[in-house]
Amino acid sequence: MVYRAHILICAHPQCLDKGASEVEAELLKQLEAQGLKDEVQVVEVDGLGRPHQGPEMVIYPEGTHYVGLSPEVIPHIVEEHLLKGRPVLAMTYKEPPSEPLEAPAAKEVRVVLRNVGKIDPDNIEDYIAEDGYMALAKVLSEMTPQQVIDEVLRSGLRGRGGAGFPTGRKWAFAASAPGDVKYVVCNGDEGDPGAFMNRRVLEGDPHAVLEGMAIAAYAIGAHQGYIYVRAEYPIAVRTLRLAIQQAREYGLLGKNILGSGFDFDVEVRMGAGAFVCGEETALMASIEGKRGMPRTRPPFPAVSGLWGKPTNINNVETYANVPQIILKGAAWFASMGTEKSKGTKTFAIAGKVKRTGLIEVPLGITLREIVYDVGGGILNDKKFKAVQTGGPMGGCIPEQYLDTPVDYETLGQLGSIMGSGGFVVMDEDTCMVDIARFFMEFTQDESCGKCVPCRVGTRRMLEILNDICAGKGKPGDIEELERLAEYIRKGSLCGLGQGAPNPVLSTLKYFREEYEAHIYEKRCPAKVCRALIEYKIDAAACIGCTRCARNCPVNAISGTVKQPHVIDPEVCIRCGICQQVCPVNAVHVE
Amino acid sequence: MTMNTALLEDILTRHHHDPEALVEILRDLSTAEGYLTQEMIQAVAQALRLPASKVHSVATFYSMIRTRPRGKHLVEMCQDAPCHVAGGRAVWDALQQTLGIGFGETSGDGEWSLEAISCIGLCSVGPVIRIDGEVYGNMTPEKVREVLARVAAGGEA
Repeated sequence: MVYRAHILICAHPQCLDKGASEVEAELLKQLEAQGLKDEVQVVEVDGLGRPHQGPEMVIYPEGTHYVGLSPEVIPHIVEEHLLKGRPVLAMTYKEPPSEPLEAPAAKEVRVVLRNVGKIDPDNIEDYIAEDGYMALAKVLSEMTPQQVIDEVLRSGLRGRGGAGFPTGRKWAFAASAPGDVKYVVCNGDEGDPGAFMNRRVLEGDPHAVLEGMAIAAYAIGAHQGYIYVRAEYPIAVRTLRLAIQQAREYGLLGKNILGSGFDFDVEVRMGAGAFVCGEETALMASIEGKRGMPRTRPPFPAVSGLWGKPTNINNVETYANVPQIILKGAAWFASMGTEKSKGTKTFAIAGKVKRTGLIEVPLGITLREIVYDVGGGILNDKKFKAVQTGGPMGGCIPEQYLDTPVDYETLGQLGSIMGSGGFVVMDEDTCMVDIARFFMEFTQDESCGKCVPCRVGTRRMLEILNDICAGKGKPGDIEELERLAEYIRKGSLCGLGQGAPNPVLSTLKYFREEYEAHIYEKRCPAKVCRALIEYKIDAAACIGCTRCARNCPVNAISGTVKQPHVIDPEVCIRCGICQQVCPVNAVHVE
Repeated sequence: MTMNTALLEDILTRHHHDPEALVEILRDLSTAEGYLTQEMIQAVAQALRLPASKVHSVATFYSMIRTRPRGKHLVEMCQDAPCHVAGGRAVWDALQQTLGIGFGETSGDGEWSLEAISCIGLCSVGPVIRIDGEVYGNMTPEKVREVLARVAAGGEA
């Protein structure tokens, strides 16, 4: 018998005490009366979580949770919900506001995030109920490794770690590399500032990643996998370890998976705080217990990776896409996206938008749609200035390109990158020179030091940018920045060095006049760079409350009660506290 | 600081005395002890049969493995762009002013260490700081002063 709806009714003592039996009797009576007896299954369960608000029941497939039930309301619910398909919202349980887990905004499509926030990540059965491990079963029972590779190839899936290399081709290389021992590695060293999509997947749907890895292992002929997770994500590590343990207990990892004769197991390795370990060769060095420094390629990991063995390395989001591709088919996946970039992509929207957080959208969506439709527009309705994509190796994209469809190629043409999906929105109050300086500080700090152009060059660029922001910029600085950027880009081994100049080059390309204002007019147009601004109190607006003077950490403000106050620019350190504490907004920046 | 050999043995056992788990062994030891002394580096090298130079080179590569003394309370602030754009600069300054030390420094009385850390993935509630492992989001200069005062008073942060 196939039911179209299932009702779980609580038989917890507390609910029974409040009349759950009478409610159930009425429910059965109404189902009978409406002719729904054969379409709707009623199951008694021991507790649905809110017995103090009982009697309670949950109607699936919608998952509508009714509380405070009585026999009198049952006819109405049966008629509205089960006959007309309209849940009676007035009777449903309302979640108390906790961490806002918002419903997907319009234009969002959830593939990678489909289970995140929906299933219990600590319970493998929740994942299995959402067709979990079905793709692995299909692969092991019906497909050859070559068929798996072909399917992934046809789907057009490209590496979600940033570079966008076709995943199927990567797998084909590793599969054809000679050797008995091969490895699959999952890159969970999500270090890009502002990018936390992998954290949410690892913490919210860990089995999707494990299943994707197992499928990759079958395709290339590997039996051992490693997930490298950054130490900044302790909850992700804990969740993963539990997931691996449960998968082993269910025979979905380990020896002879699902009786197929295929063996595969996974181990979690934790980083220790080094951004460059997100680079694949550095990551593998770190797994081997060494300093995480990149090496030259070729040989590529597919030929000589972990401990010199053929290794397939993909990131968390890439693996999480795989089970869905196997289950729903390459054509389904390829129906989303643009000509060369298929599927969806997760982005972490941060900065000056109304709705920050994690989103998943089909590739090919425009930047404007992400900022305004999904992100809700600019905070405080200020003016959009730029969006920085791709993390510290990405670039800033200005307003005139907001209607560009997002894919790997278009972002590259604009001087930025897809990266792992960082998406930092900036408004008119952001100084682009300061932002470029900021990213350069990051890459300079995280450069591992192996390649001289990256180690010394980023330092030199940072010194010049510091000078410009401090009002000590001089003619020729811009040209020197461009010269250094070229050397660093050409002379570095890995993506960190090659991409390090991008924030500077892209801001020079689109916001050159801001650099020029800093250097030639000693002026910061966005009023951010401290050496180039001055805090002043508007004498007409000041009410003489003395609050600014009392809060000033360097006693730069003088004045008597009820009289306008004055800031001494010689003493002022431009910390901005006076502006924050002023009750009448009399402090402004010039 | 005298070395806690039982703790070291415990951590080594947890990682099966595997030289390939060197990064994790050093990180666990550093987290437990606050920082690594030369003595500890030597002991790890001996236990794993690795050259001390190799252990030292790994210990100094990763930011979460510390080789310098640390204060009683560790205050960390995310140094990355989303926090910066969301008003992190004022928080950054407030931390230094309130504690009277710069980033990477430890106060003279050994009470506080202030460190800049990489993104911890909580960008939607930035600016983010972390004190002794507890995370605080949506920080402002006022909240910094408030939270630090509470931690200093010995109360639960």
